[in-house]
Amino acid sequence: MVRSHVLVCGGTGCHSSKSDEVFNHFEEELKNTGLADEVKVIQTGCFGLCALGPVVVVYPEGAFYSKVTPDDVKEIVQEHLLKGRLVTRLLYTETVKEDTITSLDDTDFYRKQKRVALRNCGVIDPENIKEYIAYDGYMALAKCLTEMTPEEVIKAVTDSGLRGRGGGGFPTGRKWGFAAAQPAGDKYVCCNADEGDPGAFMDRSVLEGDPHSVLEAMAIAGYAIGANRGYIYVRAEYPIAVKRLRIAIAQSRELGLLGKDILGSGFDFDVEIRLGAGAFVCGEETALLNSIEGGRGDPRPRPPFPAVKGLYGKPSIINNVESLANIPQIILNGADWFSSMGTEKSKGTKVFALGGKIKHTGLVEVPMGTTLREIIEEIGGGIPNGKKFKAVQTGGPSGGCIPAEHLDVPVDYDNLTAIGSIMGSGGMIVMDEDNCMVDIAKFFLEFTVDESCGKCTPCRIGIRRMLELLEKITSGQAELEDIDKLENLCYFIKENALCGLGQTAPNPVLSTLRYFRDEYEAHVVEKRCPAGVCKKLITYHIDPDKCKGCTLCARNCPVSAISGEPKKLHVIDTSKCIKCGVCYDSCRFKAIEKK
Amino acid sequence: MSCNSCSTTVVGTAEQDATLREQIAALRVDNSLVQILQAAQDIYGYLPEKVIEVIAYEMGVSSETVYSVATFYSQFNFNPKGKYAISVCLGTACYVKGAGEIYEKLKEKLNLGDGETTPDGKFSLDACRCMGACGLAPVMSINETVYGNLNVDSLDAILEECK
Repeated sequence: MVRSHVLVCGGTGCHSSKSDEVFNHFEEELKNTGLADEVKVIQTGCFGLCALGPVVVVYPEGAFYSKVTPDDVKEIVQEHLLKGRLVTRLLYTETVKEDTITSLDDTDFYRKQKRVALRNCGVIDPENIKEYIAYDGYMALAKCLTEMTPEEVIKAVTDSGLRGRGGGGFPTGRKWGFAAAQPAGDKYVCCNADEGDPGAFMDRSVLEGDPHSVLEAMAIAGYAIGANRGYIYVRAEYPIAVKRLRIAIAQSRELGLLGKDILGSGFDFDVEIRLGAGAFVCGEETALLNSIEGGRGDPRPRPPFPAVKGLYGKPSIINNVESLANIPQIILNGADWFSSMGTEKSKGTKVFALGGKIKHTGLVEVPMGTTLREIIEEIGGGIPNGKKFKAVQTGGPSGGCIPAEHLDVPVDYDNLTAIGSIMGSGGMIVMDEDNCMVDIAKFFLEFTVDESCGKCTPCRIGIRRMLELLEKITSGQAELEDIDKLENLCYFIKENALCGLGQTAPNPVLSTLRYFRDEYEAHVVEKRCPAGVCKKLITYHIDPDKCKGCTLCARNCPVSAISGEPKKLHVIDTSKCIKCGVCYDSCRFKAIEKK
Repeated sequence: MSCNSCSTTVVGTAEQDATLREQIAALRVDNSLVQILQAAQDIYGYLPEKVIEVIAYEMGVSSETVYSVATFYSQFNFNPKGKYAISVCLGTACYVKGAGEIYEKLKEKLNLGDGETTPDGKFSLDACRCMGACGLAPVMSINETVYGNLNVDSLDAILEECK
């Protein structure tokens, strides 16, 4: 009889900080202490609080241990599991009140969250189909096959108001409806798991923590539109997700939940994995289809839309991982349940990946309509090191930077678009006063220039010209009219590029111009980078009040630009200085200033 | 142009070549060059010119067609990587936390440019866009191992481990 469960997070974040070793140590230690029959160790998907990883939770107490190293395992086993005493030094401080543990749901990080897509992440063992089934897994598929017609399935998804979580926000039910309306024959269900937006990792977490929910949803989609075959296009950069998907597919086939005549219904459906090969544009649906077919991932002009002529020229639907993860819950709990969450035009919940200058980096899932302030300040715990919030970037390279004045905007598709950004796949990167907005715009342009497939001229040449203008600005060579030129180019490219990548590439520039034009102007007019980031515009100085004359900076300077006698004030010759920052990093008295 | 001799040319070890042929035979039904190239890179570690020629010959297309697909994707390498392949994440979350400086510092320490390998074949360096470990930003990976919460001062100790 198992009396305790030890859940070790096996998501990529915790895995990178050696959670697999923690897991192995637990198994070994339990064997050594003779507890192996009483205590079960399970490797789960992501808990969300990546900043505190590796995370270990012990039930039935619900003790949430954070930053657990392999060396800590012995103590947890000896103290907690053997003697019943909590190891308080490892407990997440927010869950401890007067020596007793409080529920994780009462912490700032989890209180406002509502987990639908992530419902099983951090709860079940993703490599064991029985655990998924125990949490109502494949019940939705069974309900569809035995109680519902394909039309009823599509109606339920349409009525739920679910919109595509990959960024576009197109109503999922309508997409299914288009494909279902095509004449019967070969049709395909594709799952877009090519999560390319830097800073977004929700799809990876779903695949790692709950792969069966995606397989189940794909089978439901297949039943709804009349397809018997599905493809998951997943990034090769996600090895853990790929491994767990492979295990999941094999297990479902074994139980007859994928394959021929599923549950005796006469419906056949099977899924294959295709690995991405590292091209951002393949997240665009038509490029993704070309890549699944095995060629270059060039986008195709639309129309014809994939619902009419998609993979191998047949009617196809392409759904994002997070969209699919919602489907089984919608079928089981009903469209009304789902549409009761969220705002008027954006229903349900959304997963966000919080990153950058924020205390609680990790994954959060909140109802649509939660404000940016709630997400960043309450759930995310605000900005570390007492720094000031400057902007939050949403939507990746296709999105924009949102300033403090809009923090009270309820997050949904339409509100974010109205303030010059987009929902995108849900990456949220927080930036503080030390980040330069022009530099960030340049960073995204470098990305899109790299990733442009080169098929259409506005994107291939236009965004390169934009990048050149930004380089001119950040190196102090630009004039005011260059800013206008940059802005005009943005609108031209938005209107004329072939696919989503090019059409949205100017967004980071447009949104920073809209809210941080003064920073652009400081670079151009005063030849100054207010945040002290753009190398060519900063100069280093030594503060006479703080310099002790220790000579360390002078000795470290690679170009001998610093002079001064020992124990006397040192001076930097700015004409020789190459701005490498070595003096700044090495000074023990913080006497070097960046201006 | 493909030539008949390519079909029998030895590229790597006999075992590698045999595996390549098996993989091509197994994957050709899907007519997917991406999958075949992925298999080839798994076998050889990179894509030597001869391998491209063999694939072109077996699939009945020109080498140019194979190259047009292979060069489209950043996953494919045409030069061998180092024994320790270092990849620095330059995704947004890492970038705002100083990954750019880490990358520059590594270039300086290893005396390598973007995508280069040291003459002794020990280290290679390149940048990647987001490994999805944003919670630990800034991060880099050496072969399969991910190192998180990096700063410029932590690099020496990590490189030391690779001796």
